[in-house]
Parts: sequence; structure tokens; C-alpha cells
Amino acid sequence: MHPIVKLVAQRLALGLLLLIAASALIFGLTEALPGDAAQAILGQAATPESLANLRAEMGLDRPPVTRYFEWLGGILTGDMGVALTNKLDIATSIQGRMANTLFLAFWAALISVPLAIILGLIAVRYQNRWPDKMISGITLASISLPEFMIAYILIFFFAVKLFWAPSFANISSSMSLLEQLHAIALPVAVLILVVLAHMMRMTRAAILNVMQSAYIETAELKGLSGFQVIARHAFPNAIAPIVNVVMINMAYLVVGVVVVEVVFAYPGMGQYLVDAVVKRDVPVVLACGVIFAAVYIILNIIADVVSIFTNPRLRHPK
Amino acid sequence: MNDKLEYMSKTVTAGKMTRREFMGKAAALGVSAAVASTMFADAARAAGPVKGGTLRQGVQGGESTNTQDPALWASDVPIAGGRHWAEPLLEVGPNGELSGLVAESYEASADAKVWRFKVRNGITFSNGKSVTSEDVMRTMERHSNEDSKSGALGIVKGIESMRTDGDVFEVTLATANADLPYLMADYHLMIQPDGGFDNPAAAIGTGAYILESDEPGVRQVYKRNPNYWNNDVAHYESSEVIVLNDATARTAALQSGQVDMINRVEPKIAQLLDRAPTLSVQNVSGRGHYVFIMHVDTAPFDANELRLALKYAVNRQELVDKILRGYGGVGNDMPINAAYPLFDDSIPQRTYDMKKAAEHYKASGHDGSPIILRTADGAFPGAVDAAALFQQSAQAAGIPLEIKREPNDGYWSEVWNKQPFCCSYWGGRPVQDQMYTTAYLSTADWNDTKFKRPEFDEMLLSARAELDNAKRKEIYSKMGSLVRDEGGLILPMFNDFIDAVSNKVQGYEGDPNGPMMNWYAPHKTWKA
Repeated sequence: MHPIVKLVAQRLALGLLLLIAASALIFGLTEALPGDAAQAILGQAATPESLANLRAEMGLDRPPVTRYFEWLGGILTGDMGVALTNKLDIATSIQGRMANTLFLAFWAALISVPLAIILGLIAVRYQNRWPDKMISGITLASISLPEFMIAYILIFFFAVKLFWAPSFANISSSMSLLEQLHAIALPVAVLILVVLAHMMRMTRAAILNVMQSAYIETAELKGLSGFQVIARHAFPNAIAPIVNVVMINMAYLVVGVVVVEVVFAYPGMGQYLVDAVVKRDVPVVLACGVIFAAVYIILNIIADVVSIFTNPRLRHPK
Repeated sequence: MNDKLEYMSKTVTAGKMTRREFMGKAAALGVSAAVASTMFADAARAAGPVKGGTLRQGVQGGESTNTQDPALWASDVPIAGGRHWAEPLLEVGPNGELSGLVAESYEASADAKVWRFKVRNGITFSNGKSVTSEDVMRTMERHSNEDSKSGALGIVKGIESMRTDGDVFEVTLATANADLPYLMADYHLMIQPDGGFDNPAAAIGTGAYILESDEPGVRQVYKRNPNYWNNDVAHYESSEVIVLNDATARTAALQSGQVDMINRVEPKIAQLLDRAPTLSVQNVSGRGHYVFIMHVDTAPFDANELRLALKYAVNRQELVDKILRGYGGVGNDMPINAAYPLFDDSIPQRTYDMKKAAEHYKASGHDGSPIILRTADGAFPGAVDAAALFQQSAQAAGIPLEIKREPNDGYWSEVWNKQPFCCSYWGGRPVQDQMYTTAYLSTADWNDTKFKRPEFDEMLLSARAELDNAKRKEIYSKMGSLVRDEGGLILPMFNDFIDAVSNKVQGYEGDPNGPMMNWYAPHKTWKA
């Protein structure tokens, strides 16, 4: 078997175990939170009688271990179950939410990843001169501002003052792609500003590190121009660390954007998870948690495989 | 100039002048924008409701865990949505008057124990089935039977028996209650086919709109019900409830014209927002109140002198000015204000009095150890700041308060009704009886001050059965004074509902029963 296929198979098997461990941990922690779904739903309006009735209806009167294994049995047969709070099918709800999250993440990544790498290359080419300083200054400033602050600033200028883009991302499947893109213009802009700096700085640092090598000097002595040296000799050797950072940021775009979702009232996974945690809707929390964990695991596997492929020494181990 | 303006107003009423034209011409005549805006609104209102269009309400208080089962509604978005597709028997109007929805009329026996509600003739549910008194009875059964988890369980508990008689639904109460019709207007008690037993969340009711799509925590879309029984209301072709939980997102959506109305404008920005020319901020004083509650059965709050000391040590006006920014009124340590029918305004208003607070504190013999007040951001908007202000004003009277900040998460299950001294809020009820029954009767589940006084319970029951309003008012006055002087409630302020409404929406009228015209905005407003 090719070593890479073996590695991926191993990683996937380990990932599965990790997912089960993560689900047990999430279940335990959600159970440890004060209150349960019945109390969270009834809130200030709870009476001992209505609490008991609601608990019985949700099956919360059974021991936690039973409930966990029932859930595990369900998910292994592909059944995510129904939400405790509103009895809606979790798989259907997640499908719509996940599609929205991926839609937002896709467009943010599509713009931000190439942009970050190009800016990183430019920064290296003009290292310590004004383009480098300007790129670093702007991206570091945007990452240093809290994302909701950037969001509010963009909303104020582009939605309230100029009416260029809607202030909240009201998307539905009946809209055309262009209308949908218009609706998510501001959240995508915020996400780009948030993830740009990390990837740009990593690209810059990784390539600068390679630039110290002897073969770069050789390339320069051959008479190659600055950009040719970077593109042909430095960049390929810097891909592994860059891909790692890109993957971390992609994972962030999928699982970490709840604040942006709230500010733009965007119906993604983050908001769904937060609501479920507040209402102690354990099956939904578990489903979201496992999906988020899976996203991290898969992106990490991709990052590893890509770094092996781009490094001949790892690709052909002795 | 007046003739000219009058002529312009008439043109608007006739539908021959747009808002932009009117404002422009009015400005040329030297009329300020605010005055012109009001004049335009008046003229447009005189033209009468316009049919069609879409109302988009941006509403705080929706989660992806929401359901369409009326028994479980607790936050604003499900209630706003429910007003579209469902109706209770009766409606309480802005001035406290009752009018019929599913019930056409109602009558009581002389002792107010037996109530008969006549179901409106010929109305149908949105699935085409006609509404019978049987459906009404099954609805009440679902909310009151022993499996009930309904938020209205406390309201329907007093029902002894129910029966139907042709198109009449008859309720017999265990004890007389002159206010029963008000209770039947509760938003949980939506009439559903067969009481909603088979599918409580089916969203099938008798409402003026029909649910078209529902994404919990995102939006609900409704279209006009062509078979609705009342053609004088519900003018929109379609209506949307859009969940906007973030305060800034909500105001931005209104300012950018993506929604037409929003609820819960933050008091601190209300005045700034009102300056925007395309909208107006609307506040209405309601019955909701923000409170500090003490358990009268737990030391040190079992000493009435200490309770009085704390009541005198809170600076009510300061709280209204700083926490509510003036959007509210001072409270008098009883849960009733002028928004209630039969309110006695002759009860003296308690004010901040350092000297009296210090005297009572001394008389209570308290050992001087810090008194712990629990608070959380979610207890009510500004609760943490309000607690800090209370701490300072109490400090000035020599009473040591210590603030313990609790997490929002689990506040209602772990702190409220469990800890002896904490911040909380009440939404208020349509009538005094219901407010007192919910939280001040000895046996009430939500008696969050542990106020248990047999003489109070007796007065409550006698007032409930009393059909003579003058006598009732007298009893309520005594009850109010008893809670004010001996209860565990510190009630510094009643909060206003603050909505903001686009100028495109006509017919807005404040309703003390709830925000957004008690959520009847899709029924009672229209777009000019």
C-alpha cells in the first residue's frame, strides 16, 4: 500500500475514535451545565408541575448514560434524532444551516486565501520597504480590531449611509446567486479582513525563512529576478507551513464565526449551536459538536497530505 | 400658509401626493421636518388603510429552538408569529377593553362562577375545518390537564369543569372570578383544531395570516388568510417576522430600510435613533417592571424593618433616569401602576430617604454584615448597573450591600426564586387580580418574594368575586398597600416598551399590553 494511503486510512480511523471521544466530552459538559432543557424552555415561567411534565415528554427523566448511548446508537445508524426543544428533525435543520455556513466560508476563503498569499509574496519582495510595511500595517490593524467592531463600521458606512449592501444577510434559496452574494457581501468582507493577516504573515515568514537558504543565493546568482526566485524556488518550499495556516483559518471560517453570524443575523451553524447550548438541547449540541470536530480533523488531514506531497523527501521516504 | 398646508393634506388623503413631494413642499413653506412628518402621517391615516404590501418586523427574542406550539411560547418571536396564525377567544385592547376574536360574545352568571363563551358563527381554521365549541374545550383541556407543560397552566388551573352546549363553551370555576375573560385573552390559549392534541406545532388556527415558511431563529413568513372573518383588519398581503437579536443589527436594519418595525430599542440610543428622518421611536408605558426581590421568610429579610430600610434606600428617580433613560416611570413597591384598571393613585409615592432608611436599618438590629444582592445582565436590561446604583444609594444610608454577579446562563433556574435577594423582572398582566394571583398569593408557584399572608389571600379572593368596581378598587388599594409596606418586593421602576417604526407604516398606536401594538401590528397597521 502506498504510504500516503496508509497514513490517510490511519488518520481517518483515529479521527473516528476522536469524534466519539469528543461527543462523550461534549455530552458530559452539557450535562454538567446548570439546568436542563425543560428549565431552559420554561425559564421564569416554570412551575414544578409543568417542569416534570416537560421532562417526561423529552425523556429527560431517564439516566444520562442511557440517553448518551441511545444517541450514539442513532448516529452510528445515520439518525441524528430530533431536537428536544421543537421536535424538528436535526439532520434537516443542520443541512440548511451547514449549507449557509459553507456558502459564507467558501466565498470568504476563495477571496482571502489567494489575496493573503499574493500580499505575502509582495511583502517578501519588498521586504522592509513601504509596500511591506503598508500591507503588514493594514492587515495587522484589521486583525486587532474585534470582528463585531469591523462589522459595525462596515454596516454604518455601506448599509446605513451609502445603501450599497444590506445590513443583515437575509438569504433564502429562492434568491439568485447574484442576490445571495449581494446579501452576504458585508459578512464576507468582515471575514476576509479577520483572516487575512494570519495567512499573510505566515506566508511572509515562511518564505523569508527559505530565503536564507544557499540555493536561493544560487538562484539569485544565476540572474533570476526577485519574483522569479520567490515563485520558483522559495514558495514551493514554503508551502507546508502556509497550508497549515490556511487550513486553520478555513476551519475558523466554518466553526468560529458565530459573532459575525449574530451581527449579520446570518442563519449559520454557529448561531444554531449557541441557541442549542443555551436551551440545553443536548442532541443538537452533540450533532453540531461532532460536525465541527469532523471539519477540524478533515482539514488537518488535508494539510498533512498536502505537506507530504509538496515535500519530495516525505513523498519518497527511504 | 395654513390654507396651503390644508390643501396639501387633502391631496395626500386623496392619494395624489407622495410623502417626498409633501415634505418638500412643506419645507418650502417653512414647516419643520418633524411637524411635516406628523401632518403627513395624519393625512395619510385619514385616507384609511391601504391594502397590500409586506410588513417586515425585525424582532429581538428568537432562537433556533423555537416551536409553533403555543403552550411553550415564552420569547417575543414565537408570540409575534403566533399572532399571525392563531387567535385566543378574546382580545384585550389598548385601553383595557375586551373584544371578541374566536368568541363572538360572552356572559357570566351573577356569582361570576359560570362563564359562557359563544363561538363566532361560520369561522374556519386555516385547514378549512370549521371552528366548534368542542375545539375550544379541547384547547383548554390541553393547557390544563395533568400532562400540561403550558405557560398558561397557572391561568387555567382554577377551572373546575367545562362543557359545550351547541356553539357555546361553558366554564365553571372553583371560585368566582370576575376577570376570567381577561385570562382567556392570554397568548398561550390559542384555539387549535381539536385543541392541538395531535400536532400542537402544526400552526393551524383561525388567524388573519397563514404560515408559509418557518425557519426557527431566522424568519417566519406569512400570507394573508383569504377566508379570515374580519376584513377590517390585517391589510398586508404578506408579513414577515425576522429574527434580529443583536441590538445594533436591529437598528441598522431599520435605518437601511430592510425592516419596517423593530422592538426593544435600547433606551440609551432611543433619542439618537429618533432623530433619523425616516422613522420614529414609539414608547408606551406598560405594566412590566424591574425589581429587586427579597424572600420574606429568609434572614435577614424576615425583618420588615430591614425590608423598609432597603425600600427607602433605593433612589427610584435616579434608576429611571439612568437605567431607563427616562423611558419609564417610578414604582411604589407594589406591582401595580396606573396602566391597570382600578388603580388607586392616592397611595403615597415612596421616595429615596437616607434618614428613614438609616432609622429602619438601625431598628432592624442587623449585624452590619454585607447583604448580598445577586444580579446578572439577563435579569433585566441594565440590571448590573442598577444593582451598582442601589449599592451606592444604600451605602449613603449606611447599609452595606454586596453585589454578586451571576452568569446569565441558568439565572432563572438557579438564582431567581431560589436565592433570597436578587434582581428580576415581571412582564405585568392585563388585570390586578392576575398579577397578584401569579406572584403574591400564598400558594402561587411564582411567589418569588415568599409573601404568604392569609389576610392578603382572603382579600384577593373577595375582590375576584366582587362585581362592584368601587368596592373592588378599595380592596385592591388595601392589598397594594400591604405589599408596599410589608412585602418583599422592591419595585423601583416600570419600564416602557420602546419600538421604532418606519414612516412608511401607518396606523401605529401604542398598546400597554405589549410591544409592537401587543404584536397586533400586522393586523392594525398598513403601508401608505
